[in-house]
Formats: sequence, structure tokens, C-alpha cells
Amino acid sequence: MEGLIAVLVGVLFATGTYCLLRRSIVKLVIGVILISHGANLLVFTSGGLLAGRPALVPSDGTVPPAPFGDPLPQAMVLTAIVIGFGLTAFLLALVTRAYEAVGDDDINAFRNTDT
Amino acid sequence: MPSFLVISLAVIFLASVIAPMVVRALGDRAGWFLAAAPLAAFGLFVSQAPVIASGASLVYEVDWFSALEASFALRLDGLSLLMALLVTGIGTFIVIYTGGYMHGHPQLGRFYLYLLAFMGSMVGLVLSDNVILMFVFWEGTSITSYLLIGFNHEEKSSRWKALQALLVTGLGAMAMLAGLILIGMVTGSYRFSEINGMGDVLQASPWYTAIVLLILGGCFTKSAQVPFHFWLPNAMAGPTPVSAFLHSATMVKAGIFLMARLNPALSSVGGGGLWEYMLAIFGGLTLLLAMFLGLFQKDAKSILAYTTLGVLGILTMLLGIGTEYAIKAMVVFLIGHALYKATLFMVIGSVDHEAGTRDVTLLRGLRKVMPITALAGLLAALSMSGIPPFFGFIGKELIYKAGVGLAGPDLIFLVVAFVGNLVMMGLALKAGVGPFFGKADLAALPKKPHEAPLAMWIGPAVLAGLGLIFGLVPFWVSTHMVEPAIAAIQGSTIHSLELALWDLVKPNLPLLLSALTVAGGCLVFINRRRFWAVADGVLARIRPLGAEAVYDRLFNATIWFSKFQTIRLQTGRLHDYVFFIVATAVAFLAWALFSFWGQPVSFAWASYDPLIIGIVIIMIVAAVVAVSSRSYIKVLAALGVVGFGVALLFAYFGAPDLAITQLLVETLTVVLFMFVVLRLPPLKSISKTRTRLRDAILASVFGALITVLLIQAVNIQFKSPISEQLAAMSYPEAKGKNVVNVILVDFRALDTMGEIVVVAVAALGIAALVSSGLIKRKEASK
Repeated sequence: MEGLIAVLVGVLFATGTYCLLRRSIVKLVIGVILISHGANLLVFTSGGLLAGRPALVPSDGTVPPAPFGDPLPQAMVLTAIVIGFGLTAFLLALVTRAYEAVGDDDINAFRNTDT
Repeated sequence: MPSFLVISLAVIFLASVIAPMVVRALGDRAGWFLAAAPLAAFGLFVSQAPVIASGASLVYEVDWFSALEASFALRLDGLSLLMALLVTGIGTFIVIYTGGYMHGHPQLGRFYLYLLAFMGSMVGLVLSDNVILMFVFWEGTSITSYLLIGFNHEEKSSRWKALQALLVTGLGAMAMLAGLILIGMVTGSYRFSEINGMGDVLQASPWYTAIVLLILGGCFTKSAQVPFHFWLPNAMAGPTPVSAFLHSATMVKAGIFLMARLNPALSSVGGGGLWEYMLAIFGGLTLLLAMFLGLFQKDAKSILAYTTLGVLGILTMLLGIGTEYAIKAMVVFLIGHALYKATLFMVIGSVDHEAGTRDVTLLRGLRKVMPITALAGLLAALSMSGIPPFFGFIGKELIYKAGVGLAGPDLIFLVVAFVGNLVMMGLALKAGVGPFFGKADLAALPKKPHEAPLAMWIGPAVLAGLGLIFGLVPFWVSTHMVEPAIAAIQGSTIHSLELALWDLVKPNLPLLLSALTVAGGCLVFINRRRFWAVADGVLARIRPLGAEAVYDRLFNATIWFSKFQTIRLQTGRLHDYVFFIVATAVAFLAWALFSFWGQPVSFAWASYDPLIIGIVIIMIVAAVVAVSSRSYIKVLAALGVVGFGVALLFAYFGAPDLAITQLLVETLTVVLFMFVVLRLPPLKSISKTRTRLRDAILASVFGALITVLLIQAVNIQFKSPISEQLAAMSYPEAKGKNVVNVILVDFRALDTMGEIVVVAVAALGIAALVSSGLIKRKEASK
């Protein structure tokens, strides 16, 4: 099912990039959110997909029974999700504060270092 | 004891490092103390001279980057001994001289630091046996000479000229590095001592022409051969001790040294190959051009600079001619030149220091007030003119002997050498004799001159005296310096040669040529004022045609291009930056994917679960809505759908931890967004339709490429994944049954700590932003 997820990742990247190219500062945040979803899915999928086989060791064994989903991309994506959340939250605060300071949501109005 | 090689090097670098402290403690007298370092190195080299003269060579080696073929290998043979003696011997006097010349200069310590580091780099350069090590020292001389030439950095012209020297020699060095690596690839060795035994391998290689041209790119720029000659006269912007050192024993001799060093490997067996003709022709051209330009100079330092260019031309030409006599002449001329050129520069520096000018049209009759300096200048000028019994005479005589041995069209080099020597003698008299003789006109000088202090005349006096002594009794020099060096340059064994005045003063063609040279040189000297009269006009007319004009144009074009692309790319608008970055990424991605084109890709659409197809379609629609809608509620809902969709996918594909985290994060994000949205203006479209269309096309292409990339990536397995081992180790090693969790908190725990730090920093940032907003609002409401 990688082909289907690949299309979804492509759409997320395309829509996210389009938002990053907008001048409205809120759209920038939306773009970052969409691209981080896309990137997480990209890493997750590139390890190969396997439905319903998490890498868990059964209570009576020492290794997870094969086949199991690749745990390494999962661990990386887990880190990425949390960092992505930190970034989004910070961006939201920054955007709000910047709008209060500049009084405009057009990024091209952000030309002055003093407020 | 080969370890003395590294000791001699270390002593000089150590002196360089402590120089600022020594100057602070001793003031102007620091020069006498610091000169002990090069003197000690000189003594060590002299003590080894008999060993080298017996045909042995000393090797010192410490392993460095053996994987990159770079070892700290030093080797002392005839050629490196000759160069090391010149560098440290002359360097000793330069260091002493500096104390007098830069008397009371506030940055004397810094100057000594640069000067001694420069000297150390040069000694390292000539001692290196490893090609890479030699290159490191080569660049060391480039950088330190840049600092020295631009030492008067308050002046714009000084900085410009220093940069010019650095750019010209530095770019040449890049070419040379490529050549050296090619040599290493062809011969499989990065040791000069081994490469020189593999000349036949090199010449049979298809890379031979490229190697010669690249190596000469470095040597010609460093040794200021046409068309890269222009930086050398400009390098006079540095203080005079720098010029004296740079022109006599170091820097410009580095190129000559490397050509001589690689001569056994790159010269063809019978002579007359690419290497020989390149050297002979460019050397000859350099000589002629330098002599022509030198005729019109009025600044004594300029005159000397052009004679240095001429000498470099002669040396290169002789190396290219490559006969027994030519190599002999080259080595003797090299020694003679180092002695008299260092002397003359120091003499002119003293005159400049005492009389306040270097203009030879003003300087006359200084011998009465500066007798010792005048004597040193006279001796050096006579050696440079090639008058017997000076050492310069032997060198010139050998050049003519080499010249009369040529036949056919090669005889042109004899003519070139004759013309060059003739003008050179005129210039020698102009710079070394003219200022001291004739009727004095002290009133025309900016300062009232008197004899220079001891530190400033001892060097010139000793070096000029050596020029005379070596000429009278050349035996020690011949057996210990000249013969081993010739053997090293020719790649042969040492054999003795007659190098005595009485062998040379015989009535034959070379002597006749010498006599004619002297007569012609005097004629040039007597008519010097005629050239000066037209000098400004001629030089102004030549300048736009010269190589320096080309350099200027290239330099300005580079600056223009840099400005142009900065204005185009760095517009200050976020949209443009993102656009350029994404466009570049698209180009690279397309290129990378193209190289994997044709890999088999299996889709197996039929096996897809309808549940997943449905989720994906809903997510795609939601993503498009999130981008296109202008209602915050719709956007928020759409983003939530996408986020929860991702969580569902994680859950479906065996990643429960991810799904849980994603759900939590998504909920928080939506809540946060809702808080913020209340404070933000309504969404509106600002850009023009055309811009939006362009952006949409770029974004679609980017997304499509990412899709192809992912499909390819899933199908290509470069290496077997390490996940198997991680899963196998999870329970026995880390006592954890959830492999993903074990990876996070055990195997890659440091990553997780980094992640926590990131979140903490983000939280701090948010707190700061929110509280500053609160304070502002409170103030506003008051």
C-alpha cells in the first residue's frame, strides 16, 4: 500500500509548500503543519509498511515474531512528531505576537526590526 | 640524527609564537634575540652539510593522516639543504634588520609573528617529502605572505595588493593541488623521493600533459612568471624587510624550488618535451618583459622587484634548457641572486629609512653619509652585474656556457639571456650604485641622511661580503651546496665540477659575451635618464594591455556578478527565498531520481484495503480544503482531519505508540490554534492570481517528485536494516518488550533527550512571547 501513501505524502508536501509560499503569516503555520505530517509519513513509509504487526516482544518470548513493522523509523517519527508539535506551538505564539506588534498579517509588511 | 629536521622547524615556529611577548619585554632589541632561532636552524643545517655532500639524505617521519596518504615526512637532500640554508641564513639577517627598520613600530611583535611563521612555512616547504605536507606549508607561505604584504593595513592600496598576491598564488595553488593529486594517482605515491624515481611512469600516462600544466599553474603563479608576474612588483606594498625576504630566498623561490624538485619526474629523458619548452619559453618571456618594464622604473624598490622577476625568468628558463651547464648555472645563479638581492633590498630600505625617499632620480652621492651601506650596495650591485671576481660572475658565465652549447632554434634562449643580463646589469647599477655616487644634493631629500644603525647594516654587509668571498673561494659552496643540489635536480648521483674563477676567465665566447654584457649594462646605466623621461607615458600606455588589467577586469566582474546574484536571490521577501529553495530542491531531486530511472516498481493496487483508500482520499480532500478555505473553522477542521488521519494510518500499520502520540499532539495543536485564531485577522488572499498559479505549479511538481521519491525509496534497499539487531537485542539487553520504546529510551536515548530539550526551549520561547504581549497590553490599557 506504499504507492497510495506515497500519493498522500506528495499531496501533503504540495499543499504545505503552497502554503509556505503565501504571504499571510497564518498560512505559513498551516504550511509547516502539513509538511511535518508529510515528512513523518515519508520516513514512516520508507521503512516499508506492514499492517497490524507492531514490533512487540510476546510475554513468553525474547524477540518479536517475524514479520514485524520496522521499529527504527517509528522511533524516529515519534521524536519528529513531538518536535513538530514544539515547533508548531512556538510558531503560533510567534505569529500572534508578531501580528500584535506589526498590525498586519502580510509577511511583506515585516520589514522593520523595531516595533 | 634526523630528528634535528623537526627541531629546526619547531624552533622557528616557537620563536614566531613567543615573538609578541619578546618584543614586549625587550622592545627594539627583540630582533637580536629572535634571530637566534633561524641562526640555530642554520647551524643545524650547516652541521649536516657534509653528510648531504657525501650523497646521503636524511629522513624524518611521523605518521599523520596515513589513510589520506599524508604523513609528516621531512627529507633533507641536496636541493632542500640549499634552500633551507638560504632561508634560515638570510632570514637571520632579515630578523635583525627588522629591529632597526621598524624601530618603535607599535606592532613590531605582530610583524615578527608573521615573519617567523612565514620563514617556518618556507623551511617546512623545502624540507617536506610528502606531497600533501608540502602543499600545507605552501599555503602557509601564501597566507603569511598575505599578512606581511598587507601589514600596513590602514592603506587601501596595501590591502588590495596583498589580496591580489593571495588570490593569484592561491588560485594557482588550487591548480597545483589537482596536479599533485594526479601525480599521486598515476604513480601511487605521495613521496617526492619515490615520485622522482617514476618519471617514466608519469610520462607514459595519458595524464602527463594535464599534470604538467596544473603543476606549472601553481609554480608560475608563485614564482610570478608571465602572465602572472604582476603581483610581485605590487607585493612591495609590504615593509622592506618583507620584500627583501620575499624576493631573495622565500615565496617566489618556492615555485622555482618545486619545479626543480619535480624536474627528475617531469622532464623528458632526452630533453625537448612539453615540460622543457613550457619552462624555457615562459621563463624567457618573463625575463624580457621584466627587463623592459624595469627600464622605466624610478622607485628603487620597483627596479629591484623587476630584476627579481627577470631572475625568476632566467632560473625557469635554465631549468627548461635542462643541460648539465644550465642546471649548474641555475643553482649558482640562485645562490648568487639570494645574496645580492637580499642585500640590495635591505640597502634600499636603509636609504629609504634614512633619507626618506626611494626615488632614484633624487638620490645621489650618499656614500659620504652612509659609507657602510654604500659599500654593501656597491658590492651587491657588482655581484649582480656579474663582474669578476664576484659570485654573480660565475653564475652569469655558466649561463653563457650553457647558452653556447645550444644549437638550432634553441639559440634564441642565448640571445634572450644576453639581453636580459645586459639590462639587469644596468638596473643593478641604477639601484645599487646610482644612489651613492655622483654629486650629492642632500637638500632635495625629505630627511637629512646619516649612517644606518648596526642592525641595519650588518646584514647587507655580511651578505654582500659573502657574494665576494664565494666568488674568490667557491670550494665549500661548490661541494656542499651546489653539487648536491644539482644531483637532486637532475635525479643523478653527485659528481664534482670545476667551479673556480680561473677556469672561467679564459678567452672564449662566453667571456666575450660577458664583456659585451658589462659594456651594454654601463650604457643602459648612463642613459637611464632618457628612459625616465618617457617612463610615465610608456607605462600609462602599456598598462591597459597588461595582465594586471585582465586581473582587474576579472576581479570587478566577480564582484559585479556577486552583487547581481545577491540582488536577484536575496530579495528580502520570504516568498522568494522559499521559492528558490524549493525550486533548487526540485532540480536536485529530479536529477537524483533520473539516475535511478527504470528501477522496477510494483504497486499491486488490488491488494489495497478499501478502509485505507477511504482514509487517504478523505485526508487528501482535507489537505486541499485546509489550503484553499478562507474560513478558520473549515481550516481547523480540515487540519484536524489530516492529523487524525495520520494517527489512524499509524495505528493501522502497526505503530500504536505513534498513533497515541499523534492523537495527543493533534488535539493539543487544534486547541492551541483555536486560542490563537481569535486574535488573528480573517484569512484573505493577498497575492496576484499569476503568482498563485506559479506557486501552485511549483508546489505540485515538488509534491509529485516526493511521491516518486518515496515509491523508489521503498523499492530500493541499499543495506540490510539494523532493525533486526535492535529487535533481537531489545529484550535480552534492555529488558524492554516494546522495541520502539526501547529504541527511544535506551538505544537512542540521547536523541530523546535532545527532543525534550527542544520542547523545553520552545515552551520557554512561548512563555516569553506570551508574557511580553501581556505586559504590552497592560501598559496600553493603563
